[in-house]
Amino acid sequence: MSLKGFHIVFITFSTLLAFGIGVWCLWINSMGATSSYVVGAILSFASAIVLIIYGCWFWRKMKRLRLI
Amino acid sequence: MEIPYTVTARPDTGLWNAKVGIWLFLASEVMLFGGLFSAYIFLRLDAEPGYWPHGLLNVPVGTGNTAILIASSVTVVLAWAALKMRQFTRYKIYMGITILCGVAFLVVKLAYEWPQKFEHFGAYIKPSALEKYEPYLGNKHLLSEGLPPRVEITGHLHNHEALHDASIKDYEVGLDPIYTDPTNPKMDRPHFLYVPPTEKIAHIDKADVDRATMFLPTHNTYFATYFTITGLHGLHVLGGVIVFTYLWLPFGSRLYRQNPEHLANRVEVAGLFWHFVDLVWIFVFPLFYLL
Repeated sequence: MSLKGFHIVFITFSTLLAFGIGVWCLWINSMGATSSYVVGAILSFASAIVLIIYGCWFWRKMKRLRLI
Repeated sequence: MEIPYTVTARPDTGLWNAKVGIWLFLASEVMLFGGLFSAYIFLRLDAEPGYWPHGLLNVPVGTGNTAILIASSVTVVLAWAALKMRQFTRYKIYMGITILCGVAFLVVKLAYEWPQKFEHFGAYIKPSALEKYEPYLGNKHLLSEGLPPRVEITGHLHNHEALHDASIKDYEVGLDPIYTDPTNPKMDRPHFLYVPPTEKIAHIDKADVDRATMFLPTHNTYFATYFTITGLHGLHVLGGVIVFTYLWLPFGSRLYRQNPEHLANRVEVAGLFWHFVDLVWIFVFPLFYLL
């Protein structure tokens, strides 16, 4: 596997982690923790969306440059 | 003599030398970290109720470090793409940012996270003495809520000499907040955000303690696996930073002038290693910090 292929795999796992942290924050918040966990959840979900957008951009850029 | 297949692929494998080498190396790394993760999982599954700590690591700091590593993976792949497009200045910028990210990760880990642990103290109370420390532990309340008991009192040790001086009969501990109000439902779950020790002091008789140390690898199996895995991971980050710096310094410029594709291949191999190291952290972070 090339670096670009491994990078796509890595970004996929990073996106899953970001979603996971968001869900974890909501879970902790549902057990009566401080509202700062809600902020953490929002930031995590936003990060996951940014990573998805970046992943699509990267894929298109590599195709355009014929590196994929 | 020129070494063959450093730039062009071998016709039979379709790969150049270093790519075969790095994937064989990464396969051995998977086994190394896989073994350590397996040890963590089995130690955790076999831990007695209350003996596997939660919420001792600073989640915001760990999240920040995760973001730093993800950003460094992006910049290293952009550095490689810049080389493929023969944009050497952009390569230098992206590679410089990658090195800075790696150094920042190590600084946070070694200058903040680990020292904070080394200054923290924990004392495991003997089962026969748990009743005596009930005002700090609140186990009757936890039992009524169906939660695992507390068997350890943690905080800031005021009399460090007690660790070595047998004539001192007790530990003087500035308690973590959870032990100042243990029956408060807000204290039922661990705190994942850093909360400093309180002014409230507890005196814990040495005779009532199974074992008591600072948060070192010897403190419990949790910290043994935590320091082993994050330490080994940190060494890999350090190795990556050294290789990137080597490819960034004048050596990189010289190789670029001689054969830019050769430098691009070297950066790709180093980038594959870096992505693996970052991927390991993607698993380390939730296992140790969140779950």
